[in-house]
Amino acid sequence: MIPTSRLERVLKSGRFAVTGELNPPDSADPESVFERALVLAEVCDGINATDASGAHVHMSSVGVCALLTRAGYEPVMQVSCRDRNRIALQGDLLGAAAMGVRNVLCLTGDGVETGDHPDAKPVFDLDSISLLKTARSMCDRSRFLSGRQLEVAPRFFLGAASNPFVPPFDFRPLRLAKKVEAGAEFIQTQYCFDVPRLEKFMRTVRDLGLAEKVYILVGVGPLRSARAGEWIRNNVPGVHIPDAVISRLKGVPPEKQVEEGKRLCVEIIQQVRETPGVCGVHVMAYRQEELVAEIIDEAGLLPRGGYGSMGADQGRRLARMSTQPKTL
Amino acid sequence: MRIGLQAYPRFLELAYQLSRRLLLPFSRWMVPGGWIEKIFVVLEKGAKGAIFDCRMCGDCVLHSTGMTCPMTCPKNMRNGPCGGVRQNGNCEIIPEMKCVWMQAWDRSKVMRVYGDDFLGILPPRKGQLQDGSAWINDFTGIAVQDPASWLE
Repeated sequence: MIPTSRLERVLKSGRFAVTGELNPPDSADPESVFERALVLAEVCDGINATDASGAHVHMSSVGVCALLTRAGYEPVMQVSCRDRNRIALQGDLLGAAAMGVRNVLCLTGDGVETGDHPDAKPVFDLDSISLLKTARSMCDRSRFLSGRQLEVAPRFFLGAASNPFVPPFDFRPLRLAKKVEAGAEFIQTQYCFDVPRLEKFMRTVRDLGLAEKVYILVGVGPLRSARAGEWIRNNVPGVHIPDAVISRLKGVPPEKQVEEGKRLCVEIIQQVRETPGVCGVHVMAYRQEELVAEIIDEAGLLPRGGYGSMGADQGRRLARMSTQPKTL
Repeated sequence: MRIGLQAYPRFLELAYQLSRRLLLPFSRWMVPGGWIEKIFVVLEKGAKGAIFDCRMCGDCVLHSTGMTCPMTCPKNMRNGPCGGVRQNGNCEIIPEMKCVWMQAWDRSKVMRVYGDDFLGILPPRKGQLQDGSAWINDFTGIAVQDPASWLE
């Protein structure tokens, strides 16, 4: 029998879940993945491996996930439709399942224009919803999109993203409903800096009866400074940062803004935790990974039961052995 | 040249409904590959090009997407707006363009016949239908068919 997702077990047990985002390295050294995973694993139930987020090239999510599972970690593999057609996507899903990946987050992906290779050919053969439904059929019906039978079906805990913070606001909960219908079992949202907007979204989600059908993890993260906040607001697609947040950061001297950004993140976690229907948080601390443990601790979410790092020490040794060149 | 008919989605959906009814008795002659398809392709290119900025994907879903062509979305999304829509409702990729799906959603709300189709899940586009006649592909049934693994 194929082992199931640990993240799924945490959510089903009713515990407030925590996932963290690992920013893949620009490196061919597995150690650079393990270093980043270590700070997250002890405080998270799952580690997201991003798939060339912001259309910037990094180590692939399949590669990162393969390393993480070998080390005993619990990855959430992000899969974007921007770079691969349906043939490559389905092949990667099978390969990931064989490597022990149990959580998949289906995304459409940012446009290539926002990334470091703006001349690349955008693929977008599927979109997030058709990818979800395709992955669902691979798991439940043991078939490729073409109808061809699989020998052994993968077993995934399927997730999708949601962005309650951008227009059209009245359609966002309905789009979530589509994703649930397509097979999403958990949702990770875009960065939340606007709690009233999230609460409004969640009210509709509950009214539509979706809160019982899907586990919703709210995306959170610390802002390093007022300037960083303004930059993200203007340059990262889909991230909405209200003026009040920027002015709060501006209100403290520059050397204290990191601390203030962290405090704001902790406060947002505590607020969204009280929102009915929210089952966890997804912490994205781009280039501030060292803050994740402090944030989760200060938000009162420890101990985590060590799900993310179960057997990690032993796994790390094994992984290192298997990535070392074999000598005869 | 674009014609500003997209401001009247209700009229367009009725025009679609009527055309479909008028064409239905002739569906046995509507087969791909022949001279009839060539005529349809020319007509579709002209009419749908002028009204919808049609890209001749041959897999037309206009009535399910608020009479707004999803192929004009830079991500070719088929199931609603992505999460990159700007606060002013413009596109993530082309900042000066209004999000195609924002317009599609607003238009679908006034469509009484096909408006609810907006909430359904559309299958991925069938690449081999590109540059063929969407009407013919509609009548032969290939365009509306779900991928094999999605069928019940």
